[in-house]
Amino acid sequence: MTVEGIALRVNGDDVDTDVMYPGAYLNIEEPAEMAPHLFEGFDPTLRERLVPGTILVVDANFGIGSSREHVPVAMKANGVQGVVGRSFARIFYRNCVNLGLAIARCPEAVDAARDGSRIVIDPAGAVEVDGVRFAAPAMDPFLLELGVEGGLVEWTAARVATSPG
Amino acid sequence: MVRCDLVMANDVSGPMAFRAMERMGAKRVFDPDRVVMVADHFMPAKDARSAELQQRLQRWSEEQGVAYYGQGRGGIEHTLLCQEGWVVPGSVIAGGDSHTCTYGALGAFGTGLGSTDVASCLALGAFWQVVPETIQVVLAGEPAAFVTGKDVILAVLAEIGVGGGTNAVLEFVGPGAEALSIDERLAVANMAVEAGSETGIFPADAKVAAYLDGRARGAWTAEASDPGAELRQRLSIDLSALEPLIALPHLPGNVRRVSEVVGVPVDQVYIGNCANGTMTDLRQAASILRGRSIHPRTRAIVVPATQAIWREAAAEGLLDAFVEAGAIVSTPTCGACFGGSNGALAPGENAVTTTNRNFRGRMGSGEASVHLANAWVAAAAAVAGEIVHPSEFA
Repeated sequence: MTVEGIALRVNGDDVDTDVMYPGAYLNIEEPAEMAPHLFEGFDPTLRERLVPGTILVVDANFGIGSSREHVPVAMKANGVQGVVGRSFARIFYRNCVNLGLAIARCPEAVDAARDGSRIVIDPAGAVEVDGVRFAAPAMDPFLLELGVEGGLVEWTAARVATSPG
Repeated sequence: MVRCDLVMANDVSGPMAFRAMERMGAKRVFDPDRVVMVADHFMPAKDARSAELQQRLQRWSEEQGVAYYGQGRGGIEHTLLCQEGWVVPGSVIAGGDSHTCTYGALGAFGTGLGSTDVASCLALGAFWQVVPETIQVVLAGEPAAFVTGKDVILAVLAEIGVGGGTNAVLEFVGPGAEALSIDERLAVANMAVEAGSETGIFPADAKVAAYLDGRARGAWTAEASDPGAELRQRLSIDLSALEPLIALPHLPGNVRRVSEVVGVPVDQVYIGNCANGTMTDLRQAASILRGRSIHPRTRAIVVPATQAIWREAAAEGLLDAFVEAGAIVSTPTCGACFGGSNGALAPGENAVTTTNRNFRGRMGSGEASVHLANAWVAAAAAVAGEIVHPSEFA
């Protein structure tokens, strides 16, 4: 299941989840109320440049620190549908997969992408930038299955329904 | 999928997980005896929204029949769960908090997860996990005065950086690891996630067994890596060559020797967090603060990690020594460590803290600067009003 969108660059290695969604707002529960705080401690102007279908293009070790799911939730609430990066911190990567955001590790695609580039993420192992195809590591079959089902909520719902008791 | 022996969440990650669990159609947790909820982040509630989160956490816990530690009953989750015997060697613990890696101090595979992961764990008792590689950290030598577990993990971060441990477990072995106390192991394991690691594990030894005696809530077996196990990397750290270290703004891997940065003025000192509000930390701080006054330009906040530690520190006279020196003593809380409440920083301010993250804006203003160090260094900075080597107050 491929995802297609418009690139927005987020520059810099080791971007942490605190700057992407400051701790003071962790008591917010509604995604629509989280949305205005995305990138607030990093570069608030980035948020104004998000459009429905944006694919963030990020550098190395993106999403370090806190496990706060508010970051990918606020991304989705702002129309982000995928992230392409050089590399990701573990929990941020998990959270994106679980929430059904497309996420791909592909340094060559990051090198090629500019703001406004047309990006296609193919979770089977490729990222396209303005029509040029770059190989990316194929996702684990289990994670592909999660993606096909829509995320961990849907995947778990199917198992809860079929499990006895 | 990996089975969880225990699932933990707090007033931030818990309510979000409960919503996801509802969307999953799961009405009951997989096993109420294997679930613990702790209200510690916005504790005590900073506003009505935070109070609602804690209310929901408590009501949900009552409905589900799971253990709940609320205001005045517990403390900061990771120190608390170790203290209360929930964490045993060889167990797998899924926690809705990135510092769940702290449980590696007791030989458990504790790992931090987001709320949807936690919801799935609550429903099914399992989470997906790619088998991590191992980075073995061999500790040898006797640490010098004022060198603690905090310095061990800062030394690791100085070596491999904030991404060097990604997709790997840090395993701490060797005579220097065996010599560390449980409190110091907590401080080390706590910051494994700052290297990007899944957890930071110490093999369970006689010290762990003694700590768990009369405390552990279940039977356990010690796990250790096989001889000749494949490693991604092996680091060796000579503790006798270490000096007190400090992570400069705005990254935990931005590590220098304290002696390199003396003289930086300090507006606030914060002693506490999920692994550094232990009796060990409080005794170190008190040994410097007792009979001295905190510098007029500096504020100091001491946060004992749990109610039990608070009472023990009070009984030992430590809390009085802090207050007499001019510090405030807080109730156990995650508080200002994550910029929640209870001691945020103003623009332009410098802090020295025993916490685990110094990201921009982590403790309040994005224009403030946080320096991470051990409790000796933090207490010495409070007295001097600037960064100094703690030997100044020996």
